Amino acid sequence: MTRTAVPPSVSAAAPTPAVGRASVTAYGLMWRAFRKNRLALVAAGFLIAVALLVILAPIIARRSPDEIDLYSQLVGPSSEHLLGTDETGRDVWARLVYGARVSMAVGLLAMAIGIVIGTWVGAVAGYVGGWTDAVLMRLTDGMLVVPTFFLALITLAVFGPSATNVVLVIGLTQWMVVARVVRSEVLRTVPQEFVIAARALGAPDRRILWRHVLPQAMPSIIVAASLGVANAILTESALSFLGLGIQPPTPTWGNMLSGAQNFIWNKPDLALYPGLMILLAVLAFNSLGDAVRDALDPFQARR
Amino acid sequence: MTAYLIGRLVQSVVLVLVVSAVIFAIVHSAPGGPTILNNPDVDPRLARDISERLGLNDPLPVQYGRWLSNLFQGKLGTSYQYSLPVSRLVAERMQATLLLGGVALIAAIVLSIPLGMISAIRRHSAWDYLATFIAFVGVSVPVFWLGLMLIILFSVTLNVLPSAGMFTIGAPFSVGDRLAHLVMPATVLATLPLAQLTRYARSGTLEVIRQDYVRTARAKGLREGSVLVRHILRNALIPFVTVVAVLIPRVLGGAAITEAVFAWPGMGRLAIEAAFTRDYPLVMGVTIVIATFVVVCNLLADLTYGLLDPRIRLGRG
Repeated sequence: MTRTAVPPSVSAAAPTPAVGRASVTAYGLMWRAFRKNRLALVAAGFLIAVALLVILAPIIARRSPDEIDLYSQLVGPSSEHLLGTDETGRDVWARLVYGARVSMAVGLLAMAIGIVIGTWVGAVAGYVGGWTDAVLMRLTDGMLVVPTFFLALITLAVFGPSATNVVLVIGLTQWMVVARVVRSEVLRTVPQEFVIAARALGAPDRRILWRHVLPQAMPSIIVAASLGVANAILTESALSFLGLGIQPPTPTWGNMLSGAQNFIWNKPDLALYPGLMILLAVLAFNSLGDAVRDALDPFQARR
Repeated sequence: MTAYLIGRLVQSVVLVLVVSAVIFAIVHSAPGGPTILNNPDVDPRLARDISERLGLNDPLPVQYGRWLSNLFQGKLGTSYQYSLPVSRLVAERMQATLLLGGVALIAAIVLSIPLGMISAIRRHSAWDYLATFIAFVGVSVPVFWLGLMLIILFSVTLNVLPSAGMFTIGAPFSVGDRLAHLVMPATVLATLPLAQLTRYARSGTLEVIRQDYVRTARAKGLREGSVLVRHILRNALIPFVTVVAVLIPRVLGGAAITEAVFAWPGMGRLAIEAAFTRDYPLVMGVTIVIATFVVVCNLLADLTYGLLDPRIRLGRG
């Protein structure tokens, strides 16, 4: 991106361009605020660690997550089993590590669907305007009001729980915030000079939208995406916990908790680890999203 | 104003109907049909007769039309699985969910206002950082896990609170017993709204605190308490109403999970059960009641918003 993407609030906060400083891009601002935000750095560090878990799972876990050992059910932590075993003697640490793969993949894929739908709806609504805008936005408002979690429950119970269905259901019910954000960014960008110039040069709508308008919306989409991934991970774990998500023996943090619920009286720590992982992952994505948002909106952050 | 009201009412009705149509299509398009008719003990010929009598072989739009016309006559039909009127089942479970959700939401509202206001007034104090941090963790914690942790602490370890159900089986009704069963699920369900509302109370107060009319009130020599309540609180609470309305569908969704953790006999469990057994009338009954409830709450919130803040003229612009 060569064009400076300075949100209006930024230029409002600093009306005179900083002397001797090259053009400040939104990404540059993001990075600068990022380095100063210790919580965001910790969050990024944690997510990098989780990414390593996901990639290096076979090395880190050492044991197979599906290996049943009925002679060592529900044993405590030992050098053999780092975090002990579950009710069928499977290694909890291994399941936690492999569970990261599934939980993260579902969260990211679901949000990817949400972003594609949301960006499309928001961009078309904002760019085309008129009736199209009215219809799309009523749809978005309607979806925001509807109790989507209930609809997700019913849909998954009817169509049967599977990884694909979970990803689809979460993606299809979490695009509304992105759509609103993108629409408002498009509305803000379209009247600006460089867009008018592009149009005067005869650029087709598709090109104007993709090359000139949407890049301006990217930082806001990143914020919405980061918060959205957090939400998707929470939703997946809740659905899996209810038995409507990804089914055992495939481990996810949510269905590990569901299994742990039955042994809460004899081995309560079984319920501790997966929940902690969910909490930390969601916290990390939320604080990244917040950090980027604060970076984009210094007016807000200064308060 | 009247035109606006009618417009909003029409919109709400349309929204509820669209939701019901979508769920109707989803539930009926799934393979299998009602579980009760797939029971191997039921004579296949009898099962066919029953589906014919229930009209399950008609085209979908016809079936939906029939359901809709029954709905307008106030009939929700009979559950296949329970052989009981859907209205009775839903009313019973809705009561349990409303008790749980209502207590949680009210607790969250009542606690978040002072928490957020103190945070805003003592900005950058240790208290502010603590409250902000707790609110931040509160939006990230998986509610069902929090529930499990509370059960481990208060039921397994300390053995002071019951871990499941709405009342002690066999014991006569008593308020104490109900409260003991309610306290953990309500705490769990209140966490998310409490965290979000605290954030809004804080930022709302910060917004109002630097307004001219607050300075004027102070300059007039009003007591600080009076400034806080009459000038700051009142105005900071206006956006609050909308946020509460937005939270209602989330609280209902959270209730579905909380109910599963604490074996609370509410709508969430009924919905899952009904969908699993393809109990069409029951699924539709749950859907229509939940959707109507949420949409009506939103409508009320929008109208209240206009009443609270006369600067907002509904329906103009």
